[in-house]
Amino acid sequence: MAVLNLQAKELFRGIKAEIPILIGVIPFGMIYGVLAIDAGLKPTIAQAMSVIVFAGSSQFVSTQMFAAGSPGLMIILTVAVVNLRHLLYSASIAPYLVALSRPWKWMLAYLLTDEAYAVSITHYRQPGDQQLRHWFFLGAGLALWGSWQASTAAGIILGSIIPPDWPLDFTLALTFIALLVPGLKDKPDIITAMTAGVVAVLAYNLPYKLGLLLAAITGIAAGLWMEHRK
Amino acid sequence: MNTWIVLIVAGLITFAIRLSFITSWGRFTVPNTLQRSLRFVPPAVLSAIIFPELLVRDGALNVDLGNGRLLAGIVSIFVAWKTKNAIFTIVAGMLVLLLINYFLKI
Repeated sequence: MAVLNLQAKELFRGIKAEIPILIGVIPFGMIYGVLAIDAGLKPTIAQAMSVIVFAGSSQFVSTQMFAAGSPGLMIILTVAVVNLRHLLYSASIAPYLVALSRPWKWMLAYLLTDEAYAVSITHYRQPGDQQLRHWFFLGAGLALWGSWQASTAAGIILGSIIPPDWPLDFTLALTFIALLVPGLKDKPDIITAMTAGVVAVLAYNLPYKLGLLLAAITGIAAGLWMEHRK
Repeated sequence: MNTWIVLIVAGLITFAIRLSFITSWGRFTVPNTLQRSLRFVPPAVLSAIIFPELLVRDGALNVDLGNGRLLAGIVSIFVAWKTKNAIFTIVAGMLVLLLINYFLKI
C-alpha cells in the first residue's frame, strides 16, 4: 500500500510539473485541429494523426503536404526528418530507463515528446532516490497526451465552425515563428534558419513540397559548417 | 498511397526513433556528425516552412508592401523575439494580417 501511494504521488508530481507547459500546448493542439480541417483532412484522420504520430510539428507539416497532394512516401520521409530530433531525447533519457520492463520502455517511448522529455529529464537529474521516477515520466506524458487529444478534438470542431474566408492557414507560420525565434541561441542556429528559409523560397516550385526537405538539409549542413568554423 | 497507411508508417517511424536508445542503451552509439546535426533540425525545418509562407504568394516571390503576410510575419517575429511568448506572437501576427486585409478591402 505504501509503495502504491508513493507511485501515485510520483505520477501526480509528473502531471503537476507538466501543467505550466500545457498552457502553451493546448492552443497548438487546437490550431493543428483547425488547420487539418482547413487542409481538407477528414476529422477521423485529423484525430488519428494526433494518436498515431503524436508529434506536433510533424503533424502541422503533414497536413500541409496532404493538402498539396504530396505522395505518401514524401510525407513519411518528411515526418521522419522532422522527428529525428527525438533521437537526442531517446539517447539522453535512456540511461535512466535501463532497469524498466519492456512494456514500460515502449509506453514511455511512445510518450517521449519534447514537452514530456523536458520535465522528465529535469526530474531525473535531481539527486535522490531514482526508483519510482518513471511514474513521474508517465504522469507528465499522459497529461500531455490527454491535452493533445482533447485540444485536437476542440480544434477539429472549431475548424468546421469558423468561416472559411478567415486566413486561418496563416496561424501555421505564426505558430512556427513562436517556436523558432525564442530557440535561436547562437550564430550557427541563425545561419541554419536563414539558409533553410532562403533555400525553401528558391525551391518553392519544386513538386510535392520537395523544397522543404531540400531546405532543411541545406540549413542543417550550413549550421554544421558554421559551428565547425568556430 | 492510402492516407491511413501513410499515418501508420509515419507513426511507426516516429515511435522507432523515440524507442531507439531507450531499448538498446549501450549497444550502439550515434555517429558524431549525426549527433551534432540533430540540434539544427528544429530551426531548419521551422524556417523552411515560415519563409515561403511569408514571401511566396501565388507561387511567386512577393516582397511588396501589399503583401500583408510578410508585414504581419515581421511584426510577429519582433514580438516573439521581445516577449518569447507564443500566444502574444500568434495573436499579434493575426491581428496585423486581419487589419491589413480589412484596410486593403476598403
